[in-house]
Amino acid sequence: MPTTPDFWTTNLGWFLVHTGQILLVLVWILLSLAFLLWGDRKVWAGVQMRKGPNVVGPFGLFQSFADFLKFLLKEIVIPAGADKTVFLLAPILTFVLAFAAWAVVPLAPGWVISDVNVAILYIFAISSMGVYGIIMGGWASNSKYPFLGSLRSAAQMVSYEVSIGFVIITVILLANTMSLTSITEQQAGWIWNWNVFGGGLKNLPLALVMIPMAVVFFISALAETNRPPFDLPEAESELVAGYQVEYSSTPYLLFMIGEYANIVLMCSLFTILFFGGWQPGFPTDFMATWNETLVSVLLFLVFFAKTIFMFFLFAMVKAIVPRYRYDQLMRLGWKVFLPMSLVAVVIVAGYRVMTGHAA
Amino acid sequence: MGLQAIAFYLMATVTVLAAFAVVSARNPVHSVLFLITAFFSAAGLFVLIGAEFLAMLLVVVYVGAVAVLFLFVVMMLDVDFKSLRQGFAQYLPIGLIVAGILTVEMIVVSTSIAMKGAASKVSGPMANAPDVSNAETIGRVLYTDYVYFFQAAGLVLLVAMIGAIVLTLRHKPGVKRQNIGRQNARGPASGMTIVDIKPGVGEGE
Repeated sequence: MPTTPDFWTTNLGWFLVHTGQILLVLVWILLSLAFLLWGDRKVWAGVQMRKGPNVVGPFGLFQSFADFLKFLLKEIVIPAGADKTVFLLAPILTFVLAFAAWAVVPLAPGWVISDVNVAILYIFAISSMGVYGIIMGGWASNSKYPFLGSLRSAAQMVSYEVSIGFVIITVILLANTMSLTSITEQQAGWIWNWNVFGGGLKNLPLALVMIPMAVVFFISALAETNRPPFDLPEAESELVAGYQVEYSSTPYLLFMIGEYANIVLMCSLFTILFFGGWQPGFPTDFMATWNETLVSVLLFLVFFAKTIFMFFLFAMVKAIVPRYRYDQLMRLGWKVFLPMSLVAVVIVAGYRVMTGHAA
Repeated sequence: MGLQAIAFYLMATVTVLAAFAVVSARNPVHSVLFLITAFFSAAGLFVLIGAEFLAMLLVVVYVGAVAVLFLFVVMMLDVDFKSLRQGFAQYLPIGLIVAGILTVEMIVVSTSIAMKGAASKVSGPMANAPDVSNAETIGRVLYTDYVYFFQAAGLVLLVAMIGAIVLTLRHKPGVKRQNIGRQNARGPASGMTIVDIKPGVGEGE
């Protein structure tokens, strides 16, 4: 039929295609999250020599779905003095922003909803807006503990955004582009082409800078997503449960899913920026003659496996490292990471100019 | 009407309505939230005219950092907005005059741009080349033609930052401070003393 291809280029067709892609990514992330939540709890339980969730389904695999149903069926309690609109808007905002950032994440060659050329900045912008869900939730609850929790949480996120920003700049300087797809493509070939090793043999000395930068990014990502050991917003011993004390049932669920989606986003960003995204670490030239879809699926699995490994690291850190005190957290962010990443930006920029690789 | 036009009218309406709500909202926290909405939809408008780099910067800087501080201040300070509103009728004429001047100026500027009057004298800094992203174009102009202005802006910000630190930094006497380097350097020899206590005598300070 000659009319079919035309339809997909019209406004309606374009709209339908993109809606379909968005739904596909959304459903895939939500499904993965259900099992990642389970895996998180299992890892945590394993470290503490417990069994973890093991009742619902085989190995407790369906625990998340049972929890999901329970969250949905509970009553939504809104505190009497709360600002109703803002109170309900906050979890929705967190949820929406956590998923909006996925629009530019390249999952496999060509598998990206929108390949904008400022993709890193877009993710940075969206994740910097995530603070609002927390502040709004804490303020609208009209209660002291959530408010204090949200304030320190917001201060924490704003602080660590600075060092994350500088670490991202080092990667941008290496890659000479802000598009996540191009950054991934540049890390093709052998494993030393990954940005964590300086992106190619000619930049190998930069590995001395980029490996610490990867560590800084990882730790900052922990702080940015309020994960242990930096889960001060939820420091039970001091703050009951942080900004979400007054939340129950579905609004709380939205907060939690949003938080976990952000964690997985940070894992995939870490993978893309430093560990080659979908690149398996060896030349993929021999795949050139293979079916394109098959290659995409295989490389997507590579990306997925890397992201899950990063998530495993997040879970292990949660189980192993004790919580930081607030002033130690601020000290680490402002007095250690910020100077370190600033110096790294200077070194990487200088090296690029000295060796003449910069455009 | 294309999708772009729909998106434009949607975001333009949201921007204007949110900007109006900023000044009309009774609750100052709501005002700031509307301000954020206005910033965000303005960023959307930037994307529509192809300036995605500026749009992202607007969101990162204004929405992600500046407005957070606004929100902090508005939430923490218990400003009595009732007393602030008392002089409303008194200051209304001055406010109207300022608003009128601003409106006229904006109309003059936008018409001159639309008619290519004064604006046509300025050589367009760049036609957006297809293979050069606008982040790169901005970078090239900023670090070559306007590098001194850029450095001057940086100096102004540095002075402002140092000023803020000087104004707020004070060393209170009698506050216990933690020196992590010293803590870690402390060993059993310097951190512990062994006291021989004789039975029935005790140890007095």
